[in-house]
Amino acid sequence: MRFQSNDSYIVTPELALAVNAAVTLQKPLLIKGEPGTGKTELAKALAVALDTDLLQWHIKSTTKAQQGLYEYDAVSRLRDSQLGDARVHDIANYIKPGKLWQAFTAAKPPVLLIDEIDKADIEFPNDLLHELDQMAFDVYETGQTVRALQRPVVIITSNNEKELPDAFLRRCFFHYIRFPDADALERIVDVHLPGLSKQLLSEALQSFFGLRELPALKKKPSTSELIDWLRLLLAEQVTPEQLKQSRETGGLMPLFGALLKNEQDVALVEKLLFMAKRAR
Amino acid sequence: MFSGFFLTVRRHGVKVSITEYLDLLRAVQQQLVFADLEQFYQLARLCWVKNETDYDKFDRACSEYFDGVEQLDLISAIPDDWLTPGLLRQLSEEDKAALQSLGGLEALLKAFRERLAEQQGRHAGGNKWIGTGGSSPFGAYGFHPEGIRVGQQGSGARRAVKVWDERQFQSLSSDEVLNNRSLQLALRQLRRFARSGAQSELDLNDTISATSKQAGLLDLRYQRERHNAVKLLLLFDIGGSMDDYIHECRQLFNAVRAEFKHLEFFYFHNCVYETLWRDEKRRPQDAVSTTQLLHTYGHDYKLIFVGDATMGPYEISYPGGSVEHFNSEAGEVWLQRLLAQFPQAVWLNPQPEDWWSHYASIGQINKICSGRMFGLTLDGLASAINQLKHKY
Repeated sequence: MRFQSNDSYIVTPELALAVNAAVTLQKPLLIKGEPGTGKTELAKALAVALDTDLLQWHIKSTTKAQQGLYEYDAVSRLRDSQLGDARVHDIANYIKPGKLWQAFTAAKPPVLLIDEIDKADIEFPNDLLHELDQMAFDVYETGQTVRALQRPVVIITSNNEKELPDAFLRRCFFHYIRFPDADALERIVDVHLPGLSKQLLSEALQSFFGLRELPALKKKPSTSELIDWLRLLLAEQVTPEQLKQSRETGGLMPLFGALLKNEQDVALVEKLLFMAKRAR
Repeated sequence: MFSGFFLTVRRHGVKVSITEYLDLLRAVQQQLVFADLEQFYQLARLCWVKNETDYDKFDRACSEYFDGVEQLDLISAIPDDWLTPGLLRQLSEEDKAALQSLGGLEALLKAFRERLAEQQGRHAGGNKWIGTGGSSPFGAYGFHPEGIRVGQQGSGARRAVKVWDERQFQSLSSDEVLNNRSLQLALRQLRRFARSGAQSELDLNDTISATSKQAGLLDLRYQRERHNAVKLLLLFDIGGSMDDYIHECRQLFNAVRAEFKHLEFFYFHNCVYETLWRDEKRRPQDAVSTTQLLHTYGHDYKLIFVGDATMGPYEISYPGGSVEHFNSEAGEVWLQRLLAQFPQAVWLNPQPEDWWSHYASIGQINKICSGRMFGLTLDGLASAINQLKHKY
């Protein structure tokens, strides 16, 4: 299998190589990059390309590694014991498999997405070292060992909020998704919004890249924001002429709220545009 | 196979292990890439580099190792018209004035083309040919004040050598100065959780096991809530030479305030003496005597000085050396008292680290702090926090 761009997701050759290497050598692939560059989308596209299931494990600050393996529901066992339920005698009835367990025992190796691993506690990645390396773990309550029949494809994403431990990094392949250049961006937009007029797109991209080049922005708009913005432009039927005009007269672009997510950024851009207008 | 490359990359400070080396060999064995230098570069980076801040180091290692493997063909790589617009945009007024020393931009470009035509191959060092590391006006990574830089800007030609010569990840190198968010994340490393206060949180696990032990008779157990227990004492240098760094200091201050509950901060000017201030305006009514500070806060407070430590040496070592008043005891004495009371201490210096050796007072203070002075950059802060975590 060679992973490549399809009609819903555009990959750079670099990223395709990274994914193919991870699939072939059966190693987890750690993906980093600016928010909104399609890290999570990658896993979905890969699942479609491999024609298999996607298991998503979204990590929160309270997530524990154990929850990915299994959870022992002691409270319902306690309740059942007071009600005299017969199920109570078998502890296995109260063990709920987590995402990793599901991924290990699936008939066809699925794509397992561990999303935003940096949100969890600092120790979280360390607790998964053995499980990701050997693809096996023990269930202490029943003494059973869960082993992966076929190794799932593991995609891990991170937004760089925490440093990941070295031991964990050694077990992964790492790829940093760079922000796409204008050509790649046009192809990406084409996939998401086919039928967008060339003129509108080129005007919009000009405004967009102009915005990204401003050095002091707190949050640079990314691909997903560009696509949202274009959708809004379409919905509001903004014409390319309007975009061009707003750029030339030094006003904010129409519907800027989709691109600038921070009131300080809006103020900054407004000020710069005003100054540019005065200088003219 | 590739062991020379492996060692080169390690020498450039990318921490690659044997396991990762074997991973790359395995990947090559599986024929993921074949006879393509650029793809090999990507594959090696995928297997070996685990942090985008190290991409630049890796690029430099590649640049060194593959130097000469593939010749850089400048004449076909640089279209004529590509130089002018890019160059013009980067020149400031000063640069343009300096250009006159070579007869202006036109002449420089003309000379560049002539020399390009004369030159036959790749060149490094020296002072005439276009290449790397020399002092010719043309080339990359060199030292000629009004030279043309070649190789670090993107060109249409996707030659393998070009890819790492572009050094696109330079800006991700981690010695960059901090922004507020990265600061907060760095400071988070300093958190130490401890359970303190009244027992108010239901301890579910303990309740369950206790109840089970009593054969189902409910037995509720409580525990204390988790709090960040780190205590910080911040002393900011304010005014004078510190005005240049006010932005960095404000960011540090905001980040620290958001992160720590037990936080005390005071201000001083240049060096600590018998008085500190609670407010950056340093009015008399905000003054606190340093002795009082020493008696109020315990050993468990971690002490962080923020200051550029740039002053006259006598301000540190002599009584009466202060620029503002007559101090009966030298700044050094007060520093040592503070360091004795708070053994976990660091000094953060916003001055770029390369400049430190030019100021005698920085060396003096660093010596008093037994080498615990760090730059106010992400790297510096990380080392400072590591230092603060040490137990004494």
